[in-house]
This record gives sequence, structure tokens and C-alpha cells, in this order.
Amino acid sequence: MKKYSKTHEWAELNGKIATIGISDHAQDQLGDVVYVNLPTVGKTVKAGEMLCSIESVKSASDVYAPVSGKIVEVNKNLETTPETVNKSAEKDGWIAKIEVSNPKEMDSLLDKAGYDKIASEKH
Amino acid sequence: MELKKTPLWSEHERLGAKLVEFGGWEMPLQYTSIIEEHKVVREKAGLFDVSHMGEILVEGADAVTFTDRLITNSVSKLKNGEICYSPMCYKNATIVDDLLAYKFSDIKVFLVVNASNTGKDYEWIKEQSRGYRVNVTDVSKDYAQLAFQGPLSEKILKKVAGIDLSKISFYSFTTGQINGINCIVSRTGYTGEDGFEMYFDPAAAVALWRKILEIGSEYGVKPCGLGARDTLRFEACYMLYGNDIDDTTTPLEAGLGWTVDLTKPEFNGKEILVEQKEKGLKKRLRGIEINGGIARHGYEIFAGDKKIGHITSGTKSPTLNKALALGYVETEYSKIDTGLSVDVHGKLAEGKVIKTPFYRGSVKSK
Repeated sequence: MKKYSKTHEWAELNGKIATIGISDHAQDQLGDVVYVNLPTVGKTVKAGEMLCSIESVKSASDVYAPVSGKIVEVNKNLETTPETVNKSAEKDGWIAKIEVSNPKEMDSLLDKAGYDKIASEKH
Repeated sequence: MELKKTPLWSEHERLGAKLVEFGGWEMPLQYTSIIEEHKVVREKAGLFDVSHMGEILVEGADAVTFTDRLITNSVSKLKNGEICYSPMCYKNATIVDDLLAYKFSDIKVFLVVNASNTGKDYEWIKEQSRGYRVNVTDVSKDYAQLAFQGPLSEKILKKVAGIDLSKISFYSFTTGQINGINCIVSRTGYTGEDGFEMYFDPAAAVALWRKILEIGSEYGVKPCGLGARDTLRFEACYMLYGNDIDDTTTPLEAGLGWTVDLTKPEFNGKEILVEQKEKGLKKRLRGIEINGGIARHGYEIFAGDKKIGHITSGTKSPTLNKALALGYVETEYSKIDTGLSVDVHGKLAEGKVIKTPFYRGSVKSK
């Protein structure tokens, strides 16, 4: 099941591998994405730490790791088509895959309904 | 502090614009997408609400003499009905603001200043005007302003203009009716495209805004926000006060030498500018192309390990599809093709100095 962080990332766990991206709400707030500064494969991150940054036409925004672990893959397609983040933030626009060190961290993330509530309040 | 709203605020809301704070105003950043709105202006025409801009009127027997003392460019060399772009400097030649000066007559000059600086500018101009036979009035509240910009702007606006737009040459203006509304209309803009700016009674703002969008719809005209305004002006390398120029930079450092008339006997900042011209500049504003990241305002520029400057504006150019930036670099690194690097989130991205403007659209020349 897809879970969300308060900082607008999503994570979907499949076995030990979590796929990470930014929420559809986040891409809408960012506007036209023109560059994704992809994280480095092999690096380990802790939940809440900066994972990478995304550049829209107007500004750069940090993306935080929703779960801890080792980055095992990044979405290379975003190098040539960063706008995929706008078109499909929660599917084709995924950013990285993380081999999670503590699957229980998923439990502390929000479900879709909980996240939608936060997202609509912020607006 | 509560944000100010233009007379078109409810139109922006109705059109679903993303509203943001800008210079104390709540303004539309974008209606659909910055890139889409940018392209509309480059290819067709786009309509901008720029009613947040400030207008200051200088009237009286010394209006021209005083304005010549106040700004670096020359109002005395303008004919009635002509406009000049100019920095307005402090005594030390750093910049208070950049503005447009509309010469109505020898006794009336209309200054258009940046929204966020209107209060500061008014105080400065008022103080500088002591001893001159002029009245300085902040008339910002009396005017709404629309900018209609793009290669098709004349063709479309002609349909509702009660004046002959083809007679308004680049950087000149006239007064007359657009859609039956009395306006000051100038062929000016901030996009690098041909276009017009209109100043008129705020009470007529909604009517004129809707009318231009209505007659423009068959040509693909769209409302455009401040996001596109910024990327458009950036490609054309027009200065953004607070980013590219401010009270730490001089017009010569910013490459605005063409707006500095050193033949004038006296004006604020002249001594320093003459000295800079004779001794040479320490830093210069340059265009930079970057690989492997996007440079933003404030990022540091390096030559090897040495810090040689900072970025003032940067984005990925929607027209050229390249990461470009403007930034001040030490003069010895300012030649075209000089290699340098920019610290982008702790990683050095390679770049080089390139020619400006990055892009020139349908904008006319004098």
C-alpha cells in the first residue's frame, strides 16, 4: 500500500524495496518540473533526511526520504523527461528505490486519506 | 501585514490562478503552467495584470531638469511622447530602483517603478526634489496596468483600439481609448516580444481584461502570471530589481552603460560612474550556461577553488531548453567562453560565460 509523508513524498513497499516519489499534490504545488537532481545509487539515507532536489521553473525544492535504507535504483528517465513528475507523480514519475533497513517505518507514514487531509489543509 | 490586491484579484481567483506574495501584493504566479504561458507570449500573445507596479508623477517647471538629476538616463533628450528606461541611483551610484520615464511635456514626467519599491522610491524622489520647482505625487492607486505582450499583440489589440497602434513606435506612448477606456498606451514590455502596456482607471480593469481575453481567444491568447513574466524577462536579460540589480550594484557593473548619459552635467552617482568607467570595473554581470544543474539567485560562482562571484537569476530557459543564469563575476573572468563552475546544492556544476541576451523575440528596436 502506498503511504505518504507529511513532507509530501510517497513510498510503496514491495518486499524489501520501497519505491519513492513526490505526491501529486506536491507536483501541482511545484509547477513545471524542469530538472531532477537524482540521488546517488549506493548511498544510504535516514528517514527525514534530504534525498534529492527537484527544480521547477521557479525554484528548487528538497525531497526527503520517507524511509531509511540504501538507494538501489534511481529513475534515469527523469534525466531526459523531468516533466514526467508532473504528468505521473505517483507512478511513472517515481524518483528512487530504497532497500529499507526498517520496514516498520512504513507504519508511521500516513495513508492516502490522512495525507489528503493534510494536503488540503495546507492549501 | 495584509497583502495588497489589484483590481483584477477576483478575476485571477475566478480563473484558478495560483496566487503568491510578491512585493507586498497577492499576485497570480501562474494560471495553468509557467512554461505554457511563456510559450503563448513567445508565439502568440499573453495578457498580464501588472497593476502592482507603482506610478509617480513629477510635475512643475523643473520636471525635466529634476528628473535628469534623479536618474542616469536623459529625459531632456526625449521628445514629448517618448520613454526611456533608466536606473535611479544613490549618490554612490548603487541602484535605488529601475524605472520607465514617460515624458508628457517639459512640465510632466510620469515614472513607472517596481511595486516593492514604490514607497521607498517616493520618499527618495520627494527628498531629492527639495529646491526644485516640482510636485512629486504617488499616483499608483489611480492606475491599473495591463501588459499585452507577444508577436500578435498589435494585430489583436487593434480590434478594440480607438488609436492607431502602428504609430506608436518602440519606447513611445500616446493617450487614447482602448475599448472605450481612456488609457496611456506605450509600446514597451518586459518579455523580449513586441507588445503594449496600458495604464488606466482601476474601475475599468475588469472590463478591459475580459475584453482582451475575449477577442484574443481565437488567436490563443491566455492570461499569464508573474512566473512567465520572470522567465520571459530572464531570457531577454532584462534586469529584475532585488535579483540582478540592487543597492550593492551600479548600472555599469550590470551592463546598463547604455542607460547612463555621462554627458549630463550632473546626476546622482555620476562621479562614481565616471571613476568606474576610467578605472575599470571589478565585477560585471554576465550570462552563464550551466551543465548538470540549475543555478539560482545567491549561488556561488568559482574559477577552480576561487570564489569569483554569485548568481543573480537562473532557471531552465523554456525557449532554449538550457540551464542559464545571470551572475556577477570578477572582470578577469567575464570574457565570453570563460569556463567556471557554480555550487549547486554542494556540487560544482560546470558552466561558461555566454553572450546576452539569451533570446531576442519580436521586440522592436528604436
